[in-house]
Amino acid sequence: MIPKDPSQLILLHERDNVFACRRKIHRGDTLLIDGTPVQASGDIDVGHKLARIPLAPGDVVLKYGVPIGSITQATNIGEHVHTHNMKSDYIAITTRRSTGEEAKPS
Amino acid sequence: MIGYQRPDGRKGIRNVIVVTYLVECAHHVARRIVDVSADMDVHLIGFPGCYPNEYSLRIMKNLCVHPNVGGVLIVSLGCEGFNREGLYAAVAATGRPVETLVIQQRGGTASTIAAGVKAVAAMKESIANTPRVAIGLEDLVIATVCGGSDGTSGLTANPAVGKCFDRLVELGSTCIFEETGELIGCEQIMADRAVTPELGEAITACVDKAASYYTVMGYGSFAPGNADGGLTTQEEKSMGAYAKSGDSPISGVIKPGDQPPSNGLYLLDVVPDGEPRFGFPNINDNAEIAELIACGAHITLFTTGRGSVVGSAISPVIKICANPDTYRRMPDDMDIDAGRILNGEATLDEVGGEIFEKVVALASGQRSVSELLGHQEFILTYKSFEPVGPACLPVRARRA
Repeated sequence: MIPKDPSQLILLHERDNVFACRRKIHRGDTLLIDGTPVQASGDIDVGHKLARIPLAPGDVVLKYGVPIGSITQATNIGEHVHTHNMKSDYIAITTRRSTGEEAKPS
Repeated sequence: MIGYQRPDGRKGIRNVIVVTYLVECAHHVARRIVDVSADMDVHLIGFPGCYPNEYSLRIMKNLCVHPNVGGVLIVSLGCEGFNREGLYAAVAATGRPVETLVIQQRGGTASTIAAGVKAVAAMKESIANTPRVAIGLEDLVIATVCGGSDGTSGLTANPAVGKCFDRLVELGSTCIFEETGELIGCEQIMADRAVTPELGEAITACVDKAASYYTVMGYGSFAPGNADGGLTTQEEKSMGAYAKSGDSPISGVIKPGDQPPSNGLYLLDVVPDGEPRFGFPNINDNAEIAELIACGAHITLFTTGRGSVVGSAISPVIKICANPDTYRRMPDDMDIDAGRILNGEATLDEVGGEIFEKVVALASGQRSVSELLGHQEFILTYKSFEPVGPACLPVRARRA
């Protein structure tokens, strides 16, 4: 079957600033990001995320339209977003109890 | 859509006779009655324990008076602790045909099986004339669960179910999602969707309860394998499961057996209250499905990546396969091929639309693949719950 959507990327929610990869992406592949061609700067596996826009440290990462963590290092458009440039903002219940801190979305 | 009018005002999409055993010792007899009856609308359910338990009695009562149920045959050994008179009375009060067979008073296995087969046949005849009635989307309660998840679940099937849920809620249906243990990390996001701040606090509290419970049970949450699949954070992993709930406001929190008081989207809190007592909150996917049905679910939307095959007694299951490779391996067990999203052959909205159409088709009498294959899995075990607090149900208007 001819794919209706030939893109390697899935946008899970219109608010998102990352895409999920539906196919493995190789360094040098051309990605079409919101109509603009972008060269992939590295390999990215299926299910992983890449930046839809340039992201700066402290930026909240939005997937499914909601915050799933924040950026720790400047990230270019089309670049892999994972543990090397992103961190969790979730404060586990056990931590909240011991420090008295409240959970905040970001 | 056309279904069955029940005396309590609810409408069913099936007209099932349930044969229920009240202790494992009566299981064989009940199963034989169902087997010999050889009818796809005669279903076996039951409770294995000998000691009584308030939760299991409540769930059993709710299942036996579910809108998809037309009649009930109770099979008791005789000396078990289950309150069979209470169950009988609850069913009889609804006007449904109900009969109890006590094996110890019926002369044992063979004669009870024979009596049971006769009773089911008579019941079948008496429910054949159940009034048929038009069903609207506002009459339907639709639930969702995931099982056998993999890295594709959160990219295809789960968000597609979310799209379907959004449409159902908008059109007046009641939708239920659950498994607070898998939602650890998105409690604040859920709380922000609550229709009142107090409900938001109740949602956060029930996820906290799940986190504490699973810690005692020795459950991990974010595993290193998750990162290999591209998941970076705990909240991201939970969002993959949470995506099934869609984008609608959350109208309330219910507990197993509670009937949602109005249409809208509800979170089912499946984790028992108090100190962990009876082991894992839900020992498998069917334990969750049984609870959702006890909350009135007519249909369950079941997403799977690795390939679950289960169905359920009482209410049909629609299986939505997230992974295109799994679909290729076992297409006969799947109603919806959501993996096409991964292959670029369909969009989330399109698959969400297919799920919606499948819901309408099932509510019009079409059978799901697991129904046709004879899947009627069922399990009910011990739990304990406190009633929900007033903050959990800010919307109390009854469905018209």
